[in-house]
Amino acid sequence: MDLSVRIGSLTLKNPLIAASGCFGYGVEYAEVVDLSTLGAIVSKGLFLKEREGHPAPRIVETPAGMLNAIGLQGIGARRFVDEKLPELRARGATVIVNVCGTTLDEYVEVSRILSDADGVAAIELNISCPNIKEGGIQFGCSLNGTFDVVSAVRKVTRLPVIPKLTPNVTDVASFARAAEEAGADAVSLVNTFLAMVIDVETRRPKISNVVGGLSGPAIRPIAVRMVYECRQTVKIPILGMGGIASARDALEFIVAGATAVQVGTANFVDPFIWQKLADGIGDYLTRHQVAAVADLVGTVDTRAQDKEWISS
Amino acid sequence: MPVDVSAEVIENRPLSHEYNVLALDAPEIAAAAAPGQFVMVKAGGSFDPLLRRPFSVFEIVRDASGRPRGVSILSKRIGPSTRLLYDTRPGQRVDCLGPLGRPFTAVDPPAEAWMVAGGVGLAPFATLAQALRARGVKAALFYGARRGAELFYLDFFRALDIELVLTTEDGSLGERGRIVAPLERRLAARPAAAPVMLYACGPEGMLAATATTAMKYARPCQVSVERIMGCGLGGCYSCVVPMRSERGGFHHVRSCLSGPVLAADQILWDEHRR
Repeated sequence: MDLSVRIGSLTLKNPLIAASGCFGYGVEYAEVVDLSTLGAIVSKGLFLKEREGHPAPRIVETPAGMLNAIGLQGIGARRFVDEKLPELRARGATVIVNVCGTTLDEYVEVSRILSDADGVAAIELNISCPNIKEGGIQFGCSLNGTFDVVSAVRKVTRLPVIPKLTPNVTDVASFARAAEEAGADAVSLVNTFLAMVIDVETRRPKISNVVGGLSGPAIRPIAVRMVYECRQTVKIPILGMGGIASARDALEFIVAGATAVQVGTANFVDPFIWQKLADGIGDYLTRHQVAAVADLVGTVDTRAQDKEWISS
Repeated sequence: MPVDVSAEVIENRPLSHEYNVLALDAPEIAAAAAPGQFVMVKAGGSFDPLLRRPFSVFEIVRDASGRPRGVSILSKRIGPSTRLLYDTRPGQRVDCLGPLGRPFTAVDPPAEAWMVAGGVGLAPFATLAQALRARGVKAALFYGARRGAELFYLDFFRALDIELVLTTEDGSLGERGRIVAPLERRLAARPAAAPVMLYACGPEGMLAATATTAMKYARPCQVSVERIMGCGLGGCYSCVVPMRSERGGFHHVRSCLSGPVLAADQILWDEHRR
C-alpha cells in the first residue's frame, strides 16, 4: 500500500499535514506525536519580525466549529531558523514554512531567509489570513496581488511554492489559476471563513478583533466544494483543508481533488488524531482495492445518476 | 509527557445546582500530576461542543491501598460543556488529556503559604494544601464566594490544619465582602521579616486585586490564570497572557505552556483585563 504523494518536486510519505496556526512550530507537539510520521507540518505564519498578535479573547467556539483571531503572533523568520528548525530536523519532520508579509518585499525577504536554511521542504504563502490589517488577505483577494506575490517569490527560491488561498472570494478557482500561471507548484485551500460572534447580553463581540476566521467541521462541505472547483480548473496539486476530523473527511477532500490534506482544528480536540487518520485511509485503500492513495485524487464520479439507482 | 485517557467516570458528586466534582479513572495522569497542573476534558464525542475545556486537577483519587487511581475536577455549570459534565453519570467516559502546564512552586518552612481562592478558583488548592502540609508549611486559605452555600470542602482543609479565612458577598458565612479585604489586613499586620508566599486562583478581577495587594506589600505571589484555551498544548495561541518583556513593553505567553501558574508581578494586569 502506497500512501506517498507528490507536491511538485517534494514527495511526502503520506498525505497528512498539520495545518499552519494549528500546530505551533511543531516542536510543541513532539511529546505527543512522532513528527517524522506526518506527511509534513506547516509552521505558524512567519513574518520578518516578531509579532505579539491580538489581545485575548482570541477564540470562541461556534456550532461544530470555532472562530479565531490570533493576529499572527510569531517569532519571525530568523528566530524560527535558529530556535525551531534544528529540533524539527533532528526529529525527522518534513517542514513547510508559512510565509507572511505586509508588503511584497517582505514576502520575498522572508522566503529568501527560509530558502537558505537547512531543513525547509516548501514554502506556503499566507495570502489569506483574515485577521491582520495589512498584507495577507489583501494580496489573496486580488487576482493581480496573488499573481504578483507568487511570481516574486518564485524568482527567489527553488523550493516548491504553495500559496494558501482564502475562501472569502466569489470564485476561488480563478485565484488558483492566477497562482498556477505565476508559477506556483501547488495551492493550499481553504483558509478560514471571515465570521463574527456577538454576545447578545452585552452586545459585545466575543473576540477582541471583532471578526475572525471560522474553522472546524462546520465549514467542511464548503471547503470540499472549493477544492472540487479548483481541481476542475488547475493542474497543480491541491492541499485541501477545512474541518477534517476523520479519515472519511480526509478521503472526501482527496476524492474531490486534493493530493494531500491539512488538519487544523481537529488536532486541538484530539492531538493523537494522526495515527487514526493514517489507519483509516489504509483501511479504505484495502477495502476498495486501491494500491496508492495518489490513485484516488480527483476520482469523484459526477456522472448523472441513473433513475434506478436513485429510486432504490 | 501528557497522556490522553478515555476516562470512566468514577463518581459525579453535585455540590450545588451549579457546582459538581467529577472523579475520573486515569491512573497515569493521577500519578504524574503536580499541584496547579491541569487537564483538558471533553464529555461526549459530538462536534457541539467541539473543543475540550481546561480544568485544574482538583483531587488525586486513590484506591483502597492508596495508589493514585484518578483525578477529580471541580466544575461550575456555565455553558454547554460544563452542563454535559454536570449531567455525566458514573460509567460514562470522558476524554481527559494531561497533566499539562507548569505547577505551583511550594515553599518550605519557615515561610507560610496563603492560598487565595475565589469561587471555582478553589480547584488547584486541594492538592497544593496537601503538598504544603506534607512539607510542614503553615498554611491559610482565604476563600471567597457569593454565598455560604458556595464555600465547599471546608472540612477537607480543616482536616489538614489549614486556617480558613472566609468571605461571602451576601455575608451568609464569614466576613461580608471580597476576599482581598481580610488578605490585605493580614498582609499589613505581618512583619516584613516573616516570609509568606501567596497563591491565588479565581476570577480575573480578584486575581488582579490579589496581585496588586501582594506587590504593595512586596510579597511574592503565584497566580493560576484561567484563559479561553483551545488545545492545552501550545498549538493554538489562544490562551495568551501579556507579560513584562525584558526589552520593555510586553510579550504574549501561552498560559498552557508557560502557565497556568505565573508570577503575579510579571503579568501586565491592565493589558490582561482589557
